[in-house]
Amino acid sequence: MMRGPIPVAVAFLAGIFMVISFFSTNPAIERVSGDFLNWVSIVSGFTILLGVVSIAHANWSKIQRRKEGWPYAVVLRVFRAGMLVSGFSEGVETGTVYDWLFTNLQAPMMTTMFSMLAFFIASAAYRAFRARTLQATLLLVTAIIVMLGRIPVGQAINSNLPDVTNWIMAVPNMAAQRGIIIGAALGAAATALRIILGLERTYMGRG
Amino acid sequence: MCGDTTRYAVTAAVIVALLACPAAAQETESPGSLFNTDRVNALLLMLAFCGAVLYFIRSSQRGKEMYIRPLPGLEAVEDGVGRATEMGRTVLFIPGTGDIDQAETFAGLAVLGKIAKITARYDTPLMVPCLYPMPLAAASEVVREAYTDAGKPDAFKPDMVRYMAGESFGFSAAVNGWMMREKPATNIFLGQFHAESLLMAETGNAAGAIQIAGTAQPEQLPFFIAACDYTLIGEELYAASAYLSKEPKYLGAVKAQDIFKITLTVLILAGALFTTFDAGWAETFRSWFEVH
Repeated sequence: MMRGPIPVAVAFLAGIFMVISFFSTNPAIERVSGDFLNWVSIVSGFTILLGVVSIAHANWSKIQRRKEGWPYAVVLRVFRAGMLVSGFSEGVETGTVYDWLFTNLQAPMMTTMFSMLAFFIASAAYRAFRARTLQATLLLVTAIIVMLGRIPVGQAINSNLPDVTNWIMAVPNMAAQRGIIIGAALGAAATALRIILGLERTYMGRG
Repeated sequence: MCGDTTRYAVTAAVIVALLACPAAAQETESPGSLFNTDRVNALLLMLAFCGAVLYFIRSSQRGKEMYIRPLPGLEAVEDGVGRATEMGRTVLFIPGTGDIDQAETFAGLAVLGKIAKITARYDTPLMVPCLYPMPLAAASEVVREAYTDAGKPDAFKPDMVRYMAGESFGFSAAVNGWMMREKPATNIFLGQFHAESLLMAETGNAAGAIQIAGTAQPEQLPFFIAACDYTLIGEELYAASAYLSKEPKYLGAVKAQDIFKITLTVLILAGALFTTFDAGWAETFRSWFEVH
């Protein structure tokens, strides 16, 4: 990775320019800041090669050493090659092999992972809601009110439950969230300032 | 120190020169104005915050003591690495699932450097999976440099920092599979996380690892609190590198954040009081903080 004053200077100039663009309505400045953001996308696109090389290296060594589960590494290599070849040869439009692979393999796998979240939430909630302390009991009671207030059965039990739920979400919950957001935003701003000034060089491997 | 002073002076000069142009004096905003006068309040707040950060960094560099309250999650880091060493297992560190343009990713990478030095010292295996290629490159450099600083450059292996997948659920599937196979002793999740946070944290819990997490995403915090042993909430993530390194550049920034938080709390309370008691200029007070 490139080190020394050049990346620090690039970070400084790009950072300062984006700050300036926030305070300006000048079309030229807005155009250049828009170009900067486009460059980020272009550079990000090229860096995918880094990821491909990394994953190829890790899988190849797994196959070579016949590590546990190495056939899965072969499957990954075959399908990655298939996606690449089909994508470059006939494009990614509807009806292509790439689209078929995405719709019938990748999308269902992603959906499966996402749907598993429901089971993980159930097991995590079970641990979090065990009424062992006063705080856990408060959490349990609040969660029951909020969950009941979100479904028709809750309204059938007590017509005030939806209003109580809305109050919990809009007042105490929102107050806590905003406190966290303000603290985090200040932390992010201080980090950005350190990067712009070259005090934060972690991204170059320097502490 | 002199270099820092010059750097701050140059920064201030560049900002002032670019903003304090003749157009800044215009009272009405035109489509082509160099300075949007509607945002003068944001500029003043930004300059005040930058000034406070730089002032406290200088104070810390001059040797002024700055206190950071103990963060149990970070005190557990060394114990967690020690546990992994004793069990002969791996420490898993995930610097979030955000790209390099997120401040949380930088906060995670800053802590990664400190943890990699500890794993290098104890010869503990370290695994750093990444979702995006740019954090992958940065994390590789961070870990490599940490092993070099610890005097063990040969112990660094490129496979320690690994690209898993470019999609968050594919990434969590790969990480979960790795956790169930390798059974890491300690999992550390520090950075920006989204819907995959609970998938990974709950799997780590099932795998029997000690888990330390930290994020500034309010929606993901309950999941981490439920599934992890220690959780850094919001700003604590940004304070983590200061807490572990005690370096002036981090300590000063944390102090400035605290001062600003107190200031903002006072302003919010004042606004709430003015609005509650219907003070005549409550609306004017509120408009001072509106950014157009």
